[in-house]
Amino acid sequence: MHETKEKHDFEPKIVAFVCTWCTYAGADLAGTSRLQYPSNVRVLKFPCTGRIDPVFILRAFQRGADGVLVSGCHPGDCHYMAGNLHARRRFAAFRGLLDFVGVDLNRLQFSWVSAAEGGKWVEVVTELTERIRAMGPMEEFKTLETEECWSGALATPELQEAYNQI
Amino acid sequence: MSRIGVFVCHCGENISRTVDVERVAEAAGHISGVAYATDYKYMCSDPGQGLLKKAVAEHKLDGLVVAACSPRMHEKTFRNAAKAAGLNPFLCEMANIREHCSWVHEDREEATAKAIDIVRLMVERVKKDKALQPITVPITKRALVIGGGIAGIQAALDIADCGHQVLLVEREPSIGGHMAQLSETFPTLDCSQCIMTPKMVDVANHPNIKLYTWSEIENVDGYIGNFQVTIRKKARSVDMDKCTGCGVCMAKCPQKKIKSKFDCGLGTRPAIYVPFPQAVPNAPVIDRENCTYFKSGKCGVCAKVCGPGAVDYDQQDELITEPVGAIVVATGFELYSIAEKPKGSSIKGYGEFGHGTIPDVIDGMTFERLASASGPTGGKILRPSDGREPKQVVFVQCVGSRAREKGISYCSKVCCMYTAKHTMLYKHKVHDGQAYVFFMDARTPGKSYDEFWRRAVEEEEAVYIRGMVSRLYQKGDKIVVMGSDVLVGVQVEIEADLVVLATAVQPRQGADSLAQKLGISYDTYNFYSEAHAKLKPVECATAGIYLAGACQGPKDIPDTVSQASAAAAKVMTLFAKDQLEREPIVARVNERNCVACFYCKKVCPYGAVEEKEIRDRQGNLVRVVAYVNPGVCGGCGTCQATCPSKSVELDGYTDEQVMAMIEAL
Repeated sequence: MHETKEKHDFEPKIVAFVCTWCTYAGADLAGTSRLQYPSNVRVLKFPCTGRIDPVFILRAFQRGADGVLVSGCHPGDCHYMAGNLHARRRFAAFRGLLDFVGVDLNRLQFSWVSAAEGGKWVEVVTELTERIRAMGPMEEFKTLETEECWSGALATPELQEAYNQI
Repeated sequence: MSRIGVFVCHCGENISRTVDVERVAEAAGHISGVAYATDYKYMCSDPGQGLLKKAVAEHKLDGLVVAACSPRMHEKTFRNAAKAAGLNPFLCEMANIREHCSWVHEDREEATAKAIDIVRLMVERVKKDKALQPITVPITKRALVIGGGIAGIQAALDIADCGHQVLLVEREPSIGGHMAQLSETFPTLDCSQCIMTPKMVDVANHPNIKLYTWSEIENVDGYIGNFQVTIRKKARSVDMDKCTGCGVCMAKCPQKKIKSKFDCGLGTRPAIYVPFPQAVPNAPVIDRENCTYFKSGKCGVCAKVCGPGAVDYDQQDELITEPVGAIVVATGFELYSIAEKPKGSSIKGYGEFGHGTIPDVIDGMTFERLASASGPTGGKILRPSDGREPKQVVFVQCVGSRAREKGISYCSKVCCMYTAKHTMLYKHKVHDGQAYVFFMDARTPGKSYDEFWRRAVEEEEAVYIRGMVSRLYQKGDKIVVMGSDVLVGVQVEIEADLVVLATAVQPRQGADSLAQKLGISYDTYNFYSEAHAKLKPVECATAGIYLAGACQGPKDIPDTVSQASAAAAKVMTLFAKDQLEREPIVARVNERNCVACFYCKKVCPYGAVEEKEIRDRQGNLVRVVAYVNPGVCGGCGTCQATCPSKSVELDGYTDEQVMAMIEAL
């Protein structure tokens, strides 16, 4: 007998930026081990967390993500020696900035999930999904975008195009 | 406008059980830019790939999305199919709807919606994909083998016999590893030394093998075909070129009471020593921690008695850098020590088994040394405490292994067989003795293995008791073993003279730090991970590095030798070509935008970023910009995320491609 699944009013959209060597492989392992987790997450693969530009996170929030997960190899285990350490430092600074502009930092999660940690991947994704579900949809950026569009300040096609490319 | 083809795989029922594949294909057909979408039972099969090739020609497709398993599984397969269809392979992407979707979700609606989303993201990505040309790099046709046990020896000999140079690096003073310590081997009971030592001599005499003993890997740089390895040759304090191996120094050394690691602490050795008489190379090492000369500056007897003047107290560690094209990792195992818990280990100890506190409780390897003709007792089974012949011996299996609550859940694989062997060796040497074995299951798959185990039970009269031991304690000169017999349902108490624990097989201490130097992955126990559990059992996920032996998981000798030869075959396959095609996932600099801040150079882990001077026709320096050497670039993309002027692009993961996916969220 399968448990009947609880229905929720709000299903958050979670985006995961992961490195190909550790977390992507860990998520693959969760699959081969047939572990179950919420289907809210969409995984974007990068060679290394070092490749992940903070702009991607901002844009993901703008494009409707309610929560963002960044995950890579444990410190010291990076396939490219030190990419994850650069990422760690970059995101430590970026979090401060995000906090400053008023984004709830609970919406952004960093974690280390190795290729052997299928179980941990499931834990991280499940926890984050539940947390974001409780927090409700991320409105800040979306309202901001609409306001700016209607204010007329960004009405010229050139500016609109430039804005879209941010 | 793109003409993209989407191919949705059922994977038998693996995907179609939870994902409505027809609906995914239909939805994909409605995405703008998709010219053709279909589903098929097995996309990776020959007809599946044929379908893909036919569709490329018929519908003039310029990009492909295969919605199937993980790209780690079949990306290469489908990219090759795309290539065969006349498309650039890098215009083919995989949407992972198996590992990341159908296998991890039960709700059909949810899983189907997610699968459609995944396909949509990949379609947007493919639209921005660019045709990439593989980079060819030369191959250094020399191999490095790390570890000189039977795995490393076999791999080194196979590669060397094929005509390629091999560097064999061993941490201990001699090659041989654990196999040199064993007495006799199952299932044939032939003497381990007799089959091992000739191979060791072959290694020493092979013109293509360069042996580095008493050496460790300090650093590894580079990539497949072009590694740079730094080897630390530890100070031996003996000049290997002058030493004749006469052994006078060892005989005259006044410090003789150091416990021999090779004999598991049963025998002793001098401060200048070879681990065992058949050592290769036969030149001794000075153990500086225990040598009187190094401790107090007095003595110097070995230097005085050495005829050729080989003893050199001033020798220093030497760092040697060697180029190699492939690496075989064969670092082997160690037995879980119940007496000494490794620092920082999450595995709980076994104090109740008295190992380390009761002298006559020993592990399997110590019993091997007792039973070995070249061992400290000359092959007589004698108790370590009083040198008496034990008349009742209790063997306990699965000590550490298969004990999830203690931290190790895997089976160590070799213990069932070696314990059966131990009972036989014991019976052959002590005819009136009785062997008892506490076991959970007798796991004896393998050629002639089960017959061997049955012989131990039926002909050699070992008493097998199904159940575990709860406690051991010393009572007079006996050890009382308390356990249960779960088949009969009674408590058992045996007064034993000797107890042998079959402790768990673990990776070498420091296996994780070596993995970090090599850039290979390892599991939660520190066993090295193969690229695919079934189809790539000897390759690492890191190209150009191969695994052999127990460093990948517990293994017996036949399996180890097979894997070592397989790893050698993989190295030889690599060396059969003169040029190697590398994935063109490398960074490129837009020289017009580059402001020469060289942040990229600071963060590049490979040192691939160079400063390039742009000169006018007169030769005047106009600007300096960054340049990424594609042969050295590893493709991590850290430079791109760091570049403040957005002048670096990582091919295959450009901002355009990533943004296209984020826009499609």
